[in-house]
Amino acid sequence: MKLKLTTLALGAALAAGPAMAELVFPSLSYRTGPYAANGIPFADGYQDYFTLLNERDGGIGGEPIRMIECETGYNTEKGVECYESTKGEGALVYQPLSTGITYQLIPKATADGIPVHSMGYGRTSAKDGTVFKNIFNYPANYWDGASVAIKHLLDINDGSLEGKKIALVYHNSAYGKEPIRTLEELSEKHGFELSLLPVDHPGQEQKSQWLQIRREKPDNVIMYGWGVMNQVAIQEAANIRYPMDQFIGIWWSGSENDVRPSGAAANGYKSLTFHNVGDDFPVFADIQKYVVDSGKAAGAGDQIGTALYNRGLYAAMLAAEAAKTAQGIHNTKALTPGQMRDGMEALEITEAKMTDLGLPGFGPEFQVSCENHGGNGLVAVAQWDAAADSWSLITDFVQSDQDVLGPLVAEDAAAFAAESGITPGC
Amino acid sequence: MLYRESGDFSSTYAQDSQTFPIKFDRYRYYFVLFIAIVVIPFVINDYWVNSLFLPFLIYAIAAIGLNILVGYCGQVSLGTGGFMAVGAYACYKLMTSFPDISMLVHVLISGLITAAVGVLFGLPSLRIKGFYLAVATLAAQFFLVWLFNRVPWFYNYSASGQISSPERTFFGIIITGPNTEAWATYLFCLMFVIFSAYVARNLTRGSVGRKWMAIRDMDIAAEIIGVNPLRAKLTAFAVSSFFIGISGALFFSIYLGAVEVGEVFGIQKSFLVLFMIIIGGLGSIFGSFAGAAFLVLLPVALKIVGVDWLGWPTDIVAHLQLVIVGGLIIIFLIAEPHGLAQLWRVAKEKLRLWPFPH
Repeated sequence: MKLKLTTLALGAALAAGPAMAELVFPSLSYRTGPYAANGIPFADGYQDYFTLLNERDGGIGGEPIRMIECETGYNTEKGVECYESTKGEGALVYQPLSTGITYQLIPKATADGIPVHSMGYGRTSAKDGTVFKNIFNYPANYWDGASVAIKHLLDINDGSLEGKKIALVYHNSAYGKEPIRTLEELSEKHGFELSLLPVDHPGQEQKSQWLQIRREKPDNVIMYGWGVMNQVAIQEAANIRYPMDQFIGIWWSGSENDVRPSGAAANGYKSLTFHNVGDDFPVFADIQKYVVDSGKAAGAGDQIGTALYNRGLYAAMLAAEAAKTAQGIHNTKALTPGQMRDGMEALEITEAKMTDLGLPGFGPEFQVSCENHGGNGLVAVAQWDAAADSWSLITDFVQSDQDVLGPLVAEDAAAFAAESGITPGC
Repeated sequence: MLYRESGDFSSTYAQDSQTFPIKFDRYRYYFVLFIAIVVIPFVINDYWVNSLFLPFLIYAIAAIGLNILVGYCGQVSLGTGGFMAVGAYACYKLMTSFPDISMLVHVLISGLITAAVGVLFGLPSLRIKGFYLAVATLAAQFFLVWLFNRVPWFYNYSASGQISSPERTFFGIIITGPNTEAWATYLFCLMFVIFSAYVARNLTRGSVGRKWMAIRDMDIAAEIIGVNPLRAKLTAFAVSSFFIGISGALFFSIYLGAVEVGEVFGIQKSFLVLFMIIIGGLGSIFGSFAGAAFLVLLPVALKIVGVDWLGWPTDIVAHLQLVIVGGLIIIFLIAEPHGLAQLWRVAKEKLRLWPFPH
């Protein structure tokens, strides 16, 4: 009980924080814990892009960026601590990179008026901006991923999946369960048979699931995995000689870390992505010059150009562009979280803009609006080439089946609105 | 000089057997209560309440609960996370089914439901002991988590399998959901902490607690002197699970607001609470508080010192945290196996004689 007094005294000392003259971007990263292998490249990419903007352009619109990193270890309790400790610093937008923490922050951040950008994760129905006013999940979400995976399968099967068997191997958590509803709808529409194979956290033990796949011989396997689960699944698939080009992972199951451990056996494995792969973009020269060569690279600096690094970079780029938009709308340099929200809602990404930033063709074009916080759901398929040790896009960015997804999003958003007493509207 | 009983005369049995018989100690206790109830609510903000006070208070309840089972009754349990999950899901179902009823009622009923589940899983304790019982409770842990993940009824058929707490009130004050005031959630949890500690303290020094301790020290001897092991063990499971259920309900509804059972109430939660009572002191109410404070505050303090003051990289601090907490646990177990509570007792003895030890 005595400790309380000490903590209280500590609190008084901490309350005198620094002045808020910068644009504050918290990074709720996880460089430790069971998912660190995936958390590190994303955090590095996110941080390096902001470092680049500070070093090259002096921040965004002349206003320097301050990035606060907070370690969550993919743990929701630490996520709460990180959120509470950074929100008072003037945090503009949160990108927790964890579906669990996102669910936690949705009500909290909405009450505090701080936007959350859950890029390609989190609650899918946050696409409905009339209900989720402060939550954004552009450019694509889990249901887009499921739909595009099926579209790709339709393409390679001459437009029909009638009578095919498709298995979903998923992380048995809020994240992994997301696509089930969509896939069930799509299985009705296209006439394929869906079987569900949950894998419990952390996913090192998948023998029984893959035994079942071996027995049932599904035509295709879709995977929603994260962390060590991906590597194990790809290895198990290789062990039962499952054809890799029939195996599609969501974007969180498509990093170099996931395929490299299986070596040549992983050749041909496919993964979805909503941004381009590789480091063949002009911006990487700038990163080399301003960030790496000056010794300011985040982490060990060895992740540049990997799939998840690019995703972190893309997230930072979208945040920076939204901040620019917000500065334009409100005609100010220093931003408040509310102004940042307006910037995100008015964000428009065009090919010309991306070329200007040194990222030509890096992601799909999209425009955010009050009704649509989720972009247009454009997703591409990448394939792993084990010999070349690299990913390459094998399709264009194709749009998900909006006829199926639209009603699902509306339904889930309406349920959330009713549950939490929100009146939808712009 | 401090904690001296000279001049402190008891003239009734009630005075003699009170929890804090020494006047100085009693006033210190009143002072702590005064600070906790009257002063802190006026000065805390969101950060302090959500990062430190809520987890500390809620873990303290869980630690008191587990301490009754492990420390007082000697039944080793690794099912704490599972029982907390029962409390959380019971609270969620109650909150969504009966939105107009006060949170106080929901939390207490969640505790009672958990007590019933605890008794059910406590039945094997009548036949098996020690490590074998630990394994049986471990089975409870895995079964309960699996159940809440598997059966959609428990999470109201939501697409993600998450439960999130809607806005609920207590005498018209919002205490769950995002629009809460820091002082409201703090006082609500504090109320349960004071209630739990008071009940636990008075149970453990009464006849019920003496029966538990008799079972702990030697169950055959206890049976010979007339302690009914069935009743003693099952009451220990029931009371322990009641408190753990309350803490689980508060953990979900007040503190986190959204819960995914496998991540939040997994086996690591069972170990965490077990570490709390081992470090704090088995068989001590104060030890439950000390252990909870130690394991909740230490990581935050290390983070503040390492990242905010010294500016070290976050991953190094996170790793150092594991090293330091692990090291301290080992040091404690070697240097003071009876935990922080024993240190406190020794300190009190020393303070009595201070500054003239001879």
